[in-house]
Parts: sequence; structure tokens; C-alpha cells
Amino acid sequence: MITQTIFKKAVKLASATLIAAAAFSPLSAKEIRGGGKLLLTNGITSLEGSSGGGLTPWAVIAGNETRDGIGISAHGTIVELKNYDYQSGGVSLGLFDTVELSYAKQNFNTNEIGALLGLGAEYAFDQDVLGAKVKLAGDAVYGDPMMPAIAVGAQYKKNRNGAVVRLLGARHDEGVDFYASATKLFLSHSILANATARLTKANQLGLLGFGGDKHGGYSLQFEGSLAWQLSRRLAVGGEYRAKPDNLGVAREDDWYDAFAAYAVTRNVTATVAYADLGSIATVKNQRGLFLSLQASF
Amino acid sequence: MTSAFIALLLAQATPALPHQMPGEDAVDPYTVSDANAGAAPFTGSGMAEAFHGQDGIRRITARFADLIYADPVIGEIFMGHDKVRLSRTLFEQFCYILNAGCTYTGRDMVSAHKDLGVQHADMNRLVELLQQAMREEKVAFQAQNRFLSKLAPMRKDVVER
Repeated sequence: MITQTIFKKAVKLASATLIAAAAFSPLSAKEIRGGGKLLLTNGITSLEGSSGGGLTPWAVIAGNETRDGIGISAHGTIVELKNYDYQSGGVSLGLFDTVELSYAKQNFNTNEIGALLGLGAEYAFDQDVLGAKVKLAGDAVYGDPMMPAIAVGAQYKKNRNGAVVRLLGARHDEGVDFYASATKLFLSHSILANATARLTKANQLGLLGFGGDKHGGYSLQFEGSLAWQLSRRLAVGGEYRAKPDNLGVAREDDWYDAFAAYAVTRNVTATVAYADLGSIATVKNQRGLFLSLQASF
Repeated sequence: MTSAFIALLLAQATPALPHQMPGEDAVDPYTVSDANAGAAPFTGSGMAEAFHGQDGIRRITARFADLIYADPVIGEIFMGHDKVRLSRTLFEQFCYILNAGCTYTGRDMVSAHKDLGVQHADMNRLVELLQQAMREEKVAFQAQNRFLSKLAPMRKDVVER
């Protein structure tokens, strides 16, 4: 039943985006051409499946295609925190370097903490995220050096643990985030900067549901990334993601990370990061290693 | 013999026009201007030094031209286009922008790439080949990117509409 609803929403989202893609596609009669992006310019796959940094979406599009083609990518990410394990995997479709459709499946395992919370050891929260992003203007690399790529996007999130997240005080087990991102590689300094503003109700990405007793509705959150390009293949940087704090029983902190992303080949990007995710589900100081592998064509 | 001698004298008497240089295919006349290079030059000598002066720039542009013509992706686009002229004008353009003491006598970027049918993927391939040529000359990566920052705004003039 839930699957059907999600499927229907996915189909709606996909068809709307395909129509948008057709409108954006400059010469639809022309031959479709695969590949052609510069290394690292499709970013990596963020926790919620949208292309960007590790924590936040950027105004870049998944896949290796340019405006003349269609691209795809797949990713797997694991985060090993002090008390918890997180993993996600997903696939994305890039259309004409303009529209991105993504799906990510997230799994957050509470390990021993699950028992302390009364949920049972190894209790896991699961969530599906469907994303759509449209690049509206600009370019992250080319064009006016002061004009960034600008994109808007939405992430529909469906939490699989509705009863439990409601017990924690969440108001809903599904929600939609809306965001706008601006991204530019300042070639003269080899620095990439991204700023994202997000409207969200999600508690810990939505893994702990949406809205809460402290705050029920949307709040506006800022996210930022800064990366320094050391070679064609290697970039290092840091990210920040402000988060809402909706649940009375479980404080939520802003997130930080320091990362290195390496383009192993034209098709594979590996990322390692050290992340500080603060307090999660009543347990403080959740820091650890973020590892992600992305394949793109 | 005599006529060859006269031709030589004439060649020396009238300096070669940039659209009609010896050893190059003639192109339609155009107005020569440094503005045709499409970017303002760097100030100071730092970038010229980073590219090892005119000698380094000449090695980079010669290698870049070789890579372009041999490339399986974009070589085809340049086939039938004068490699001697391309090498010379690339050298002049890079040398001018890097403030290494040259003037640019080639055509503007729109005219030079008109009807080549360059797509975004081709432009990216050009960048990769230039990066390879600069890497082989051991130009520091940060200096490579600084130079690319002058070329990146030109994409709209290079790619097809």
C-alpha cells in the first residue's frame, strides 16, 4: 500500500520532470550524446541521494552527461559513528545536465543504544528518499566567473518506522524538503563554494520522522560547502549543515564534516570524510568516518 | 631562380599579413586586435614564469595542438583545419593572456570557432587536453586553473548555439 503510494508519487514526479526536461532540452531532434563532463563536476552523492557534497546538495547534476545527453549514477555510503551505523545506497538519472532524478534508501542502525531506548538492540530506522532537482541558470565552471550554477530541488522522504517515530514525538512519518543551491568553482583560486537553503520539517534527515513537540512545521536551514581542488582528480574541503531541533526528547545538532574526494577514474569517485553529527537520538558526540563510492556514466 | 629571388625580396619588403602567413592557408581578412584574444591579460610576470616563459608556452601549445589533432573525440572536428595556423595563433593567444610579451593576431573566438560544431563535451575534452599539455610542462595545478579562469568565460563563443 505504502509502496503503491510512493510508486505513484515517483511516477508523477518523473513525468513532470521529463516534461520539464523536454522543455529545457535545447535541440531535442539532435543525437543524444553520453559522457563528456569534467572530472568531479558532478560532485558526489549526498546522504539523501542528491548530487553535491556529502551532507548537502549542490547545483550540479548527476551522471557524466552534458546538455547534449543523459547520464546515470549509483552510490553506496556508510557512516560509522561512535554508537550508530548508517548506510545508504541509491541511483540517479541526469537529463541534459539540467534535471536530476534520484532515489536513495537509508538505513540507520541504533546498535546497543536501541536496547537503552527500549527499541531493542540493533533496532534500525529506514527511509526512502525520492529527489528531483532542476538547474535553472548559470554554470559551476564556465561562463561569468561571478555567476554560479543555481538549482532548486525537492526531496520526498518516507520513513518506514512510523509508529516508533510518533512515540518519539514526531508528527509525521513522511515529508518533503525544498531547497535552492548555488555552486561555483572559482578557478582563479581553485576553490569551489556552495550555499544551500533548505525548508524542512525532518528530524535527523527524517530518520526520526518529521516535525515534533518543540516545533511542528517547516524551518529554513542553511548548508554550505567549501572545497579546494588540489588536482584534476582530488579535492578536499569541509561542509556545514544546520538542522532543525523539533523533538523534545532527542536534541538535534548541526552537522560538520571534513572530506577528501578522489576521481579514481572517469566513472568512479571515492570520498572519505570525518563527520561530527552531534547528538543523535539522545546520545551525544556522534562522530565518525564517512565513506562513499559513486559510479557514474 | 630569378623569380624565386624576387618573391623572397617581396616577402621581405611586405610583412606577412596575419590572415596570409607563409606556410599557412589563407583566411578571409579581418581586423587584427588583441581584443580578439577574448580575455584581458594577467598583470605582472608571475603567470608567464609559471608557464616557463615563451619557450614553455610554445611547448605547451605545440603539444596541445598535437593532442587535439590526434584525439579520437575531437580530432575529427579539427581535421581539414590548418594546424600550422592553429599552433601559431594558440601560442600568441596564450602568450598574450599570460602576459609573456606577445600580441595576438588571430581571429576573435566567435569567428574562429564558427561552424565547427563544438559541443560542451568537446569543450571539456579540449580543457582536458590542455591540462595534459600543461601537466607535461609541469605547470603547477593552481596556475593551470588560474589560466583556465581566463578561458572558461569564452565557452559561449566557442560552442555552437
